Amino acid sequence: MTKVKRQLLSGDEAIALAALRAGVTLGTGYPGTPSTEILETYARLGGRAQWAPNEKVALEVGAGVAFARGRALVTMKHVGLNVAADVLFTVAYSGVSGALVIVSADDPGMSSSQNEQDNRRYAVAAGVPMVEPADSQEAYDFTFAALEMSERWGVPVLLRLTTRVCHAKSIVADGRAPLPAVAPRFERNIPERVMIPAHARPAHRRLRQKLAEIATWAETAPLNRRTAGDGRLGIVTSGVAVMHAREAAPQAALLQLGVTHPLPLQLIRDFAASVQECVVLEEGDPYLEEALRAAGIAVRGKPAGYRFGELNVARTRRILAADASPEPAPARGKPPQLCPGCPYRTVFTVLRRLECIVSGDIGCYTLGALPPFEAMDFQTCMGASIGMGLGLRHTLPADEARRVVSVIGDSTFMHSGLTGVAEMVYNPPATGHVLLILDNGTTAMTGQQEHPATGRTLNHEPTGRVAIEAVVRAMGVPQVDVVDPMKEAEFEALLRERLASGRLAVIVARRSCILAAGAIRAYEKAAAARSQPLGGCPADAATTTTGETEG
Amino acid sequence: METVTNIVIAGLGGQGVIKASDILAQAALAAGLDVKKSEIHGMSQRGGSVNSDVRFGARVLSPMVPTGEADFLVVVAPDQVENNRPLLCPTGVLIEPRLLGETSLANPRTLNVALLGVLSVWLPFPPEAWRAAFDAQLAPKIRVANEAAFAVGIAAGAREKLRLQSVTP
Repeated sequence: MTKVKRQLLSGDEAIALAALRAGVTLGTGYPGTPSTEILETYARLGGRAQWAPNEKVALEVGAGVAFARGRALVTMKHVGLNVAADVLFTVAYSGVSGALVIVSADDPGMSSSQNEQDNRRYAVAAGVPMVEPADSQEAYDFTFAALEMSERWGVPVLLRLTTRVCHAKSIVADGRAPLPAVAPRFERNIPERVMIPAHARPAHRRLRQKLAEIATWAETAPLNRRTAGDGRLGIVTSGVAVMHAREAAPQAALLQLGVTHPLPLQLIRDFAASVQECVVLEEGDPYLEEALRAAGIAVRGKPAGYRFGELNVARTRRILAADASPEPAPARGKPPQLCPGCPYRTVFTVLRRLECIVSGDIGCYTLGALPPFEAMDFQTCMGASIGMGLGLRHTLPADEARRVVSVIGDSTFMHSGLTGVAEMVYNPPATGHVLLILDNGTTAMTGQQEHPATGRTLNHEPTGRVAIEAVVRAMGVPQVDVVDPMKEAEFEALLRERLASGRLAVIVARRSCILAAGAIRAYEKAAAARSQPLGGCPADAATTTTGETEG
Repeated sequence: METVTNIVIAGLGGQGVIKASDILAQAALAAGLDVKKSEIHGMSQRGGSVNSDVRFGARVLSPMVPTGEADFLVVVAPDQVENNRPLLCPTGVLIEPRLLGETSLANPRTLNVALLGVLSVWLPFPPEAWRAAFDAQLAPKIRVANEAAFAVGIAAGAREKLRLQSVTP
């Protein structure tokens, strides 16, 4: 008998706790706000968790765990699912033997993202069931439910969250009995697991059959909850919008959908018929509204303006009143900026001074686009800086092309920069190209997580390390330098020379993130003490900042 | 609808806005109330604006304080007062560093907790609830400095409460 304990937890922490209680075999993912704390908490609680180089690899590892009858939890932010989508669509066909739960943490309102895509569309597109919790207690309960659904039907399950579920803290009563343990075992089943066309055709039919079964189950599943009202207004809603709806319209009947794919259409139809007017309240895309209208259920959605940003109680009241008048402007805060003392302030100062055209990437250095630097000309998604910079180089007149520089961080480089370097070596522009890798020894923007080039695991324990400069050299880049970006004159002279050379060049600008430097030194010291019990220098001198040049 | 107390804590990245809201929410939990806390962080760690909402009462639904409905607005950075003022309800109380007067804190990094001390004067939490919150949220080595700052805040809060009572009938 498990004792019930009440704790104040964020949705992310609640998922981690549930994963631990439910007996997840392995948690894997790539850090991304607002999902990052799930694996960090899971590891802190004693679970086995690791950062993958990117979300696609994380989902591949997770699928492998579940092929071996394990329970996998794979976490990422919404845009991470774009990276992992290639795996998702086919693992949906192959199915799994254990459990595979994929967390997509969406960011409506873009508090720290480059778009506000609504990943409920992925559940429909890939044909995977999806559950959406409304608060931390449900995040805890639905993690169990998602693992159970995945095991019962042998399908990956999408656990879709939004910022206000991930980062809002509320009380969690933690008293679930663990799921029965399973012994890992691989059973060969080539027709179900090898997705050549001949196997994939029946696999797609099997997937649709599973979804039909899940839709039937969802009609009465306790994850969908109906609350009675005064009969006039009914609200169909999901996720954190459930809470806004209950607060804004306590008199309304409410249908809270915990399972939002496949939809329990009969349940919704009955609900809509029981009220005078039925309104769909949802954040982001009109996903539910369109599905219900397509099913012939008469519902009212929200005016188009509410598609943007997060919902809250005030906006919910306006939606219920069908008020499409302009909303009051939100208070303007102070924008973020590169930290005082950030080693990359000099880099952006120099890039600006040299009038470079800067193809940027995702990380806190993206703030180099803002005043006072204004030294980043475009930025799209992780890893794109290299390919986009090459595209400009191929297109611009030679004198302008020579000003193009691609800038990427160390964690982002590991995530999806390597293939960009392959492209650079394979299809070099006539003017050459300069790639600047800002290696601050951590995944700074999401809160200083480790990655394959730091040589430390999620728990900051020493492990294998990918040496960035050795990799780019081995890939065939003829000119590779490692410099200290704080030495402004040296850095500027080197960059000028490499831009003028007309060859391919990679400059690794290496200096620890000032927020992480203390922790990095402590990890290194601890590792050195362990590996060198008799004293002496650590063997790994890769973090030196001395310049090196290769002909 | 049950009464819910709405509090917004605002400031800049690095000022301990989120830590202060964690302590406050933990104190509400320890006082036996339902509580929800919400914040936006991520990019905002780089010195930009950070806001955190804390709501407590018998039953809390939405985790976000509706604009213009904050009963208390605690602003850690003086230059963030004006842009956040619209969050406060007309009868709400603004708590800002100015209220601490000439009192200097032994450690300026405890300003967030000093302002929680000011706030605490209005809240129905027993001292044990605050102690439990400090136990859960503060590392032992910074505990003493923060308790001192909290006490400074309580004194300032008592002065301010008296002043407000004398101006509002």
